[in-house]
Amino acid sequence: MPAVGQIPTPQATGNTNSPLEASQAALSLCRFPSPCHPAAPPEHMKEPLVYMRKAQGSWEKRILKSLNSMCTELSVPLARKRPIGEQKELLNKWNEMGTDEPDLSLFRPVYAPKDFLEVLMNLRNPNYENGDQPSLKNHLGLIQVPLKVKDIPELRDYFSELGLNTGQLGIDDSTQVPPELFENEHVRVGQTVLTEQDSAAAQQYVRQGCPTALRAELWALILNISNQPEDILYYEQLKSNVIQHDLLVDSLIYKDVKLTASNDDYYFVFEDYLYQVLLCFSRDTSVLEHFSYNSATPPKSYIRGKLGVEEYAVFYPPNGVIPFHGFSMYVAPLCFLYHEPSKLYQIFREMYVRFFFRLHSISSHPSGIVSLCLLFETLLQTHLPQLFYHLREIGAQPLRISFKWMVRAFSGYLATDQLLLLWDRILGYNSLEILAVLAAAVFAFRAVNLMEVTSLAAAEAVLADLSTLKVMPLLQIFLFATVT
Amino acid sequence: MAKNKNAGHKGSYGYQKLKEREPRACIRFKCALTNTILDILRQRPGWIEVKEEGEWDFYWCDVSWLRENFDHTYMDEHVRICHFRNHYELTRKNYIVKNLKRFRKQIEREAGKLEARKCDFFPKTFEMPSEYHLFVEEFRKNPGITWIMKPVARSQGRGIFLFRKLKDVIDWRKDGVRTDDQKDETQVENYVAQCYIENPYLIGGRKFDLRVYVLVMSYIPLKAWLYRDGFARFSNTRFTLSSIDDHYVHLTNVAVQKTAPDYDPEKGCKWMIQRFRQYMTAKHGAEVVETLFAEMDNIFIKSLQSVQKVIISDKHCFELYGYDILIDQDLKPWLLEVNASPSLTASSQEDYELKCCLLKDTLHIVDMEGRLTGKEKRIGGFDLMWNDGPVSRAEGNVDTPVNGSFMANTHLGYNNDRKKQLKQLFKPLHTQQKV
Repeated sequence: MPAVGQIPTPQATGNTNSPLEASQAALSLCRFPSPCHPAAPPEHMKEPLVYMRKAQGSWEKRILKSLNSMCTELSVPLARKRPIGEQKELLNKWNEMGTDEPDLSLFRPVYAPKDFLEVLMNLRNPNYENGDQPSLKNHLGLIQVPLKVKDIPELRDYFSELGLNTGQLGIDDSTQVPPELFENEHVRVGQTVLTEQDSAAAQQYVRQGCPTALRAELWALILNISNQPEDILYYEQLKSNVIQHDLLVDSLIYKDVKLTASNDDYYFVFEDYLYQVLLCFSRDTSVLEHFSYNSATPPKSYIRGKLGVEEYAVFYPPNGVIPFHGFSMYVAPLCFLYHEPSKLYQIFREMYVRFFFRLHSISSHPSGIVSLCLLFETLLQTHLPQLFYHLREIGAQPLRISFKWMVRAFSGYLATDQLLLLWDRILGYNSLEILAVLAAAVFAFRAVNLMEVTSLAAAEAVLADLSTLKVMPLLQIFLFATVT
Repeated sequence: MAKNKNAGHKGSYGYQKLKEREPRACIRFKCALTNTILDILRQRPGWIEVKEEGEWDFYWCDVSWLRENFDHTYMDEHVRICHFRNHYELTRKNYIVKNLKRFRKQIEREAGKLEARKCDFFPKTFEMPSEYHLFVEEFRKNPGITWIMKPVARSQGRGIFLFRKLKDVIDWRKDGVRTDDQKDETQVENYVAQCYIENPYLIGGRKFDLRVYVLVMSYIPLKAWLYRDGFARFSNTRFTLSSIDDHYVHLTNVAVQKTAPDYDPEKGCKWMIQRFRQYMTAKHGAEVVETLFAEMDNIFIKSLQSVQKVIISDKHCFELYGYDILIDQDLKPWLLEVNASPSLTASSQEDYELKCCLLKDTLHIVDMEGRLTGKEKRIGGFDLMWNDGPVSRAEGNVDTPVNGSFMANTHLGYNNDRKKQLKQLFKPLHTQQKV
């Protein structure tokens, strides 16, 4: 039996008895773009703050420049129609593109997370005068913009279902806890939610974690993916686009998969699926719709010889998303759950346009990467000031280490089962803030060792291996069991 | 003490020799291997390595030493050695086939056809050259299926090839040439022809097999432990039947994979079995996976039972087997083979840790230190799977009567929180010892 004082009483949330009822209560509907004033100009829906928009704009210019110069250096066109022979070959090899070994040595990723961090560090609000030197009274971290982030009391309220008195998968399904206490009932409720096909209830339900056997269906329910014949047809259409045309970004995708997912101890098995998803993704123009609420703007290219002529402008790549180093890791964990290519594709696309895009564009949104970084640093500075100060003194700003975790939503850093438990909560709360909280919780967990290091390299070493961490206990302790 | 004992020699102590299960001051060991097991033995508190001719209490020997020396080595009661004299009844491909066939007939006589079908986990196999004609008959009955020719006594994938045409076999027989070097085998080698499983379960388009560890402490009565950890070994290339000559596709042994041109040593091409279990649960649901693993338990137990009467159950012996299991697309597990000397060389850091823990727990169960009561159902990562009868998961120790529905005490692919368990296990015993 677990130690006394740790046994949770199995109830869903506060007063409500089931997710089905709770869903009728205040559950934020997921609407994109968020409703706002009817007179607001479209750029405000992308990003209300001018200085953020400007920063995103210059960042984009840099990326494009990098892409264009690679293109010129290698004399590779941005897009090219494949000869028939090549098309046939690719079609035959569609299920095993990973066996291809094209020469990718000259291609470089367009950017890596650390390049992006440098940009974020230099963000400044021109209306905010912060002449004081950074001191313990104001912010000691790398992010120097005044965005509002939640503090621990607000986070406790927001993530109330993660509290100590509520059953969780990831804690209360361990072998020491008898399944009658929480797990069996939770699974039963999950099956009911699926039978009722209640998407809002599912979103409420997954806040306590998904049983492994039900996760794929629950996520599909929340993301509204049903894999209808027209969806399958659409995917096949994308596939034929891949067969017919070769894009420069394809090589970037290949390189990324080879460098990251193929070298991962667990995801290497899914290499072929990653190509099948990402190559199609690049050509999916329906993804362009999300730019109405994304601060980013898709790069435009012009048909050869018609530079500047708007009628000959096309978005490049067709979906407007330029992959960066580690991009394929957004897809890899999903391969655990979905095996049918078109369904896997749709789930990934939906996850991207709802969540992942925020992790690499500059915006003031509470789930945007800038806010997440600030939230992480604020939590650390407020609750572990000694650690924060120590790390800063030795030149190991904590964000330098945790940034890559958050940009990738921890994919490739946590063990897969733990990662999926974390992503359950991203879907459940419709927010990425949990990534910042987890990052802070990890630092808190390893604080003792971190206090003893004397260099950035040593700090990185302490935090290099997260594969043994159990995320739910870490989050619970940090949010609910730490004295504030 | 072990090795050529002289009459009248009382042992190193003047007083009565220590009883078998009493804790010893120090344990002298010898080890024939230079990999993980040697590290583990050297680190074990109170264990001392002995030089070439010294007397030993424990020997992690290799099978060739066993063959040459076992029969004329005297061993005291407490001495332990890591192989059974005639383990090859289980591990050589031609013998296991014989034993399983015989066992199956016995079950059919005693319990009927339905029960006997539970032994159908070994692909149809024929010994060569003695059963050549039976093989040809079977071959002709099933045209077009693929067969695999394996040498009976070699390991790590050597000497294996696939074929579909009888012509290939006839040519091979005529040649009399074996594909690999034969520096140690001067006699004619025996082969078996086995039905090749053409519809393996694939993950990410790749074929894989499972390596599971089973520790047998005695055959009469049969006492066997199942280790919670294990791994799935993936072929580095995509599976297709059209490439029969491609050694690398069809054989999932790490040793063969290591020589494949696109092998990346950093990759490891292995999944821990927990990851495999979670993947299957996410894909097929918990019940289906429970059934699959229960069928694997059946394979372990039936294979051991089939050799129970043949193997010389010397109380000095124990053996750690590596079982290779292949799953087909209908989620049926097949036994490929049993290894008496599963590789203890680690292919990665994670692999090293698995093998360290596996070996540590093996030594805990062998219990040279005399710390256990003998009633334990779980020691570290090992669960007692069979103790002269099925062992139930229900609370209570081995002697508790079973009531209600039976759930086997196996946890393959479950969380292996062995450190915690060992701490709880040894603490009360440790204090008892002092009395």
